Amino acid sequence: MIEWVKKRTAVLRTPSRHFSLGFLTIGGFIAGVIFWGGFNTVLEATNTETFCISCHEMRNNVYQELKATIHYTNRSGVRATCPDCHVPHNWTDKIARKTQATKEAWGKIFGTISTREKFLEKRLELAKHEWARLKTNDSLECRNCHDFEYMDLTQQGKRADRAHSTRLAQGEKTCIDCHKGIAHKLPDMAGVEDF
Amino acid sequence: MKQMIVCVGLFGIIYSAHADDNIATLRGKVSIADQPPAPRMEQVEDKDIMRKRNYPMQPPTIPHKINKYQVDLFANRCLSCHSRQRTEDPQAPMVSDSHYKDRDGNVLAEVAPRRHFCNQCHVIQVEIKPLVDNTFEGLLHDPSTGW
Repeated sequence: MIEWVKKRTAVLRTPSRHFSLGFLTIGGFIAGVIFWGGFNTVLEATNTETFCISCHEMRNNVYQELKATIHYTNRSGVRATCPDCHVPHNWTDKIARKTQATKEAWGKIFGTISTREKFLEKRLELAKHEWARLKTNDSLECRNCHDFEYMDLTQQGKRADRAHSTRLAQGEKTCIDCHKGIAHKLPDMAGVEDF
Repeated sequence: MKQMIVCVGLFGIIYSAHADDNIATLRGKVSIADQPPAPRMEQVEDKDIMRKRNYPMQPPTIPHKINKYQVDLFANRCLSCHSRQRTEDPQAPMVSDSHYKDRDGNVLAEVAPRRHFCNQCHVIQVEIKPLVDNTFEGLLHDPSTGW
């Protein structure tokens, strides 16, 4: 077995016979830059709203719902795009999520939610995935913009102040526990705990 | 009879001739062919302070914003605070027991389907000058009870 592996990898372990050291190091460096740059460019291209809504599943369902909410239109014109909330910003977490999303590409190919009816039927399951993800990372994507440290509770309404200064402050609850359906319509909530 | 028809007809003509100038409508003095500028949208009251009922059996008004609250086939955002099971956490007033009965008076475990659409009766409030005056007095002080 070891002999077999050694025989097959012999070319990797012998010095280059035709190419100069300079060509191999500099060429390797340039190829690395091109590969890495290309990888990141494609990664970033898939991390835009334009990319998300290039599929009708996203454009006709969730995107239309987002358009009516405060995360799309508001008094100051600051807005969140799909990846702001649905893709972690930290590189390693982003790669992990992107890897997970290959299953969504599978779903796209096989038309898992290709019609409105199929989407509505699957909506609770899809929503539950997002709720679970945000619950696990302590609503990280919310907190990328809404930092509790800098919230002026005195500027909030009575109910918001009470909830934020108790449950949220103590870490007993996280954003998604109360703010489900903040940017999209809710699925059928019958039987969903704490709603 | 004939005279009366003529009378009514004449009155109608005179009345309609004057109507344009004298009757203030909610449209204001804008010709029917023109689109008047829309009035400014006012801020919804968000004080969480209950308002007085204006008449017996009045559905209580909503003392807070309900922007984008989803009330449809799938979810009822109002009930996520005001239902019997949920009132403790948000300290919200509970939906009245009457809402847990169907129209035949049978008590149900959940809010009756006919009560599902809260906004049919309960509405938000805006602090503005009424568009037209009215003399409705509402619930008055009752000297017999002292309340």
